[in-house]
Amino acid sequence: MNELKAKPIYLDYQATTPTDPRVVDAMLPYFYEKFGNAHSRNHSFGWEAEDAIELARGQVATIIGASPKEVIFTSGATESNNLALKGVMKFYGKKKPHLITTVTEHKCVLDSARHLEQEGYKVTYLPVQQNGLVDLEQLKAAITDETALVSIMAVHNEIGVIQPLKEIGEICRERGVFFHCDAAQAVGKIPLDVNDMKIDLMSISGHKIYGPKGVGALFVRRRPRVRVVAQITGGGQERGMRSGTLPTPLIVGLGKACDIALNEMAEENARIMELRNYTLNRFRERLADIYLNGDEENRVAGNLNISFAYVEGESLLMGIKNIAVSSGSACTSASLEPSYVLRALGVDEELAHTSLRIGIGRFTTREELDQAVDAICNEVERLREMSPLWEMAQEGIDIKSIEWAEH
Amino acid sequence: MAYSEKLLDHYENPRNVGSFDKNETAVGTGLVGAPACGDVMKLQIRVSADGIIEDAKFKTFGCGSAIASSSLITEWVKGKTIAEAGAIKNSQIAEELALPPVKIHCSILAEDAIKAAISDYNTKNGKAEVEAAE
Ligand SMILES: Cc1ncc(COP(=O)(O)O)c(C=O)c1O
Ligand code: FES
Repeated sequence: MNELKAKPIYLDYQATTPTDPRVVDAMLPYFYEKFGNAHSRNHSFGWEAEDAIELARGQVATIIGASPKEVIFTSGATESNNLALKGVMKFYGKKKPHLITTVTEHKCVLDSARHLEQEGYKVTYLPVQQNGLVDLEQLKAAITDETALVSIMAVHNEIGVIQPLKEIGEICRERGVFFHCDAAQAVGKIPLDVNDMKIDLMSISGHKIYGPKGVGALFVRRRPRVRVVAQITGGGQERGMRSGTLPTPLIVGLGKACDIALNEMAEENARIMELRNYTLNRFRERLADIYLNGDEENRVAGNLNISFAYVEGESLLMGIKNIAVSSGSACTSASLEPSYVLRALGVDEELAHTSLRIGIGRFTTREELDQAVDAICNEVERLREMSPLWEMAQEGIDIKSIEWAEH
Repeated sequence: MAYSEKLLDHYENPRNVGSFDKNETAVGTGLVGAPACGDVMKLQIRVSADGIIEDAKFKTFGCGSAIASSSLITEWVKGKTIAEAGAIKNSQIAEELALPPVKIHCSILAEDAIKAAISDYNTKNGKAEVEAAE
């Protein structure tokens, strides 16, 4: 415990990632001597910044197989998702007022959809299967002549599952519907190709891929052309889709982060996958009654989302203070709901209260994972000794057979 | 969220964790909360012939504040009469542990649990009617 106190262990790579030192190095000159405004057309300060931004635009385009002209910079995936959903629906909505998304999307997609609903657009929220994946037949059935856009994320932030993007893209293209993909958790983690996958819009975030916070991008296809109504207006930058002076250092960082990810993805994924399997096996060897949430096969390398049955997640987190992981759960009565994502998978509510998300990333070591597994297992065992539900389970009492007074 | 030292102490070194045989006549058992809500508290008391709570034990599935609340209340009820134990208010627990507002209901659960244990004991020992008659 004291040893752990000395150095906290970061296992929350889906929340954010540390900026890669190589990214920071690339950014620094653009804070100091190369501080120009890329939109200043009359002097070398402006040209220098513009060159750097165009290089970054190319780097971002390359990692998703797009053309640089199809990439516009934003403040992050939240803004990109807002622009994709609202921008497309507002442009095409007169004839095609219908949007399809899924119940497990990130809050910023769901909230944009809700706003559109309030303005009179129609939204279908597709359920997901128990493994977290969308059912393609249900998707097909949901598309109508009025559907303008399908928005489905690539890699899930909580449960790490990878949706069948290529199949979704085929379906959308065939029916003449645009496909927007929130790839905040996917870029640099899985191979992506917007042409092969027939993706029409794609959201990207800097800070999920070892780049800086406060920057992201939206891919907007040019052939066939996708039009969006700008949500931020002004000087008409980014081909009118997103006004505002471009933050050169952040954009340089995003580009560099994509460049590194592209070069190192294969090797890095193999290493992280190995660590993940090792960690999962260690948990399984030591503890009974643990469940992996989300599909084990179609899953990004760095994500483990595990329910430790009979132990409430918040109390577990409290016992492992020096390990930074996230819990999607806490007692409902404290207005902290158990994760809407786990509930959408049909995970029993009592199990949804017992889950932890463990995120493994570029700088994670085996030693850190060993310490984390030991600490988590010790705490799970301690709390199970204290848990009336564990006691009942050991006595063979089915907790579902008891009439609980739910509040 | 910063928790008080007392709360952390009860969470890290909970007092009176365990179970009595719920079939014993001298034992009263309260089981409150619900797994789907993320909290279940089991609180047991063992009562002497002269109506004093000799011993108490708990098991809790819930957040750290719920664990600390149940640990604290087992300490408090020991040596008290049933009537005294039944008069403990959740606000006293919340104050002692300096619970933040979102955690007040964890202390309510502890109050409910001791009341449920007392009621179970009374039912078992035919005391409910006696008290009502008085
Ligand atoms: C899947 C997904 N979409 C969108 C976002 C929002 O990204 P940003 O923080 O760049 O706005 C996140 C991160 O929280 C995410 O995980
Ligand atoms: S038991 Fe619900 S938050 Fe404490």
